Amino acid sequence: MSKLFTFPRFSLRFIPVWQRNFLVWKKLAIPSLLGNLADPMFYMLGLGFGLGSLLPDVGGMPYLTFLGAGTVAYSTMNSATFETLYSGFSRMHVQKTWEAILNTPLELDDVLVGEWLWAASKSVLSGIAILVVIWMLGLQANWMLTLWIIPLAFIIGLCFSGMGLVMTSVSPSYDFFLYYFTLVITPMVLLCGVFYPVSQLPPLLQTISAWLPLTHAIELARPLVRGDIPAHWLFHLLALLVWGFAGFWLALGLTRRRILQ
Amino acid sequence: MSVVKAADLHKSYGEQKVVDGLDLQLEPGTCHGLLGPNGAGKTTTLKMLLGLIEPDGGNIHVLDLPVPSLARQARLRIGVVPQMDNLDPDFTVTENLLAYGRFFGLKDAAIHERIPSLLEFAGLTSRANVNIQTLSGGMKRRLTLARALVNDPDVIFLDEPTTGLDPQARQVIWRGLRKLLSQGKTILLTTHFMDEAERLCDMLTVIDHGKMIASGSPRELIATLIEPDVLEIYGEESAGWGQEHAAKLCDRFEQAGETLFCYTRQPAPALEALMGNTSLRYLHRPANLEDVFLKLTGRELRD
Repeated sequence: MSKLFTFPRFSLRFIPVWQRNFLVWKKLAIPSLLGNLADPMFYMLGLGFGLGSLLPDVGGMPYLTFLGAGTVAYSTMNSATFETLYSGFSRMHVQKTWEAILNTPLELDDVLVGEWLWAASKSVLSGIAILVVIWMLGLQANWMLTLWIIPLAFIIGLCFSGMGLVMTSVSPSYDFFLYYFTLVITPMVLLCGVFYPVSQLPPLLQTISAWLPLTHAIELARPLVRGDIPAHWLFHLLALLVWGFAGFWLALGLTRRRILQ
Repeated sequence: MSVVKAADLHKSYGEQKVVDGLDLQLEPGTCHGLLGPNGAGKTTTLKMLLGLIEPDGGNIHVLDLPVPSLARQARLRIGVVPQMDNLDPDFTVTENLLAYGRFFGLKDAAIHERIPSLLEFAGLTSRANVNIQTLSGGMKRRLTLARALVNDPDVIFLDEPTTGLDPQARQVIWRGLRKLLSQGKTILLTTHFMDEAERLCDMLTVIDHGKMIASGSPRELIATLIEPDVLEIYGEESAGWGQEHAAKLCDRFEQAGETLFCYTRQPAPALEALMGNTSLRYLHRPANLEDVFLKLTGRELRD
């Protein structure tokens, strides 16, 4: 048991795993990018203009700007989650891609590091897609500052792909992921300040919200769009990294148990 | 030097002993067959040799490298054809080979240099750039075999390489394996097909319940473990004939459904009795590896 959860062995051997996923992605890049962009963009534009026109400033900024910053984090989270859950499960369980790789000199640790970093990389594209919409609408206060959203998207991606891999490691089928969406992702979207400030929630929900990773992501993304250096940025970054790494480590142990026994 | 040397391997899952004191030794340039019914421990043994499952006891050397401690280095020089196809469905034939070669740390240029000969070996030269979803089962298997050779391995592990293939496709795989043997590669093969094992293998290890129950060349096993002549007697009446005559005329007999198998060293008396009975259809043949296998492991289903 203890052996399953030994510290991850990090090495550059993950690179061909990342490359493999990139090669697949390249073939489906256009529909994939459209998928990354279209859904969050319509939410953002529809609610931002539709609802935003009825609202005064929210959190000290126009609603569209408020929502745009939330959408960057939300969209990045979704991309990392879908990649590790559905695509990861296909590679692990359906296509047996991981088993094929394990017959080569790579180890399971290399495979999972590759998957983790790949999902985070892919989610950066989702973040950038929304960032481009923000730029086009001129929602940003300081263009240079919004560039920080790109590395931030990678950290958000690491956080949610680490967590997503945990679900993949224990899932018997695709249907299982519905639990994760209804019990984790949807509550997070509604409690962490994507659509409205967390301060509008009752105290108990605010307390819960403070512990959730998406809150930290939004606490970083929103000031960057508004043109401020985020308060307590180091704390929020660390929180995202701790969630992501804890998830990754747990997922690695569970996957070792699933595949290497 | 042995290519694979495993001694006293043990692996249990809970109470169930999957591999129980198994020894295995592969000599260079030979094809070694690992035979056994479903659940005998074949796949678990292969995974232990690859260092993917840690044995509970025993020790393993592959190409003189201790496994699992140096399994990564050993796997650099092993090719694996798994039981289930796990090619990349999103890739073309060439891309499958390229992506796989990268896992061995090969440079893209080196892989591209190697791909034409691999495609030729697999008879897939004309399909280099088609998506693998358009390939037949036999072509996919050939590609899986070619993929296992991308690192120019010294030893190749094949787990039921021809299961699910039609006779033509099996012949092509066999030809490929013989070619590899002629190049000096060593092969470890698991299979359910006794004709395959008899045809290809120099040495066989028959296992059941995780234990070795016989080993030797196919000829040795047939010569030492079973009566040389077999009479297969067909039809509903075979059982009745068996009760009346078989015990007297055969060394050993078994009824399986509507077929009676008579094993004997002296077929003449039984043949004479059968010729006098026009209502029975029968076949007289030399014993083969399948007879040995069924004698050793029984006729009951193993699921």
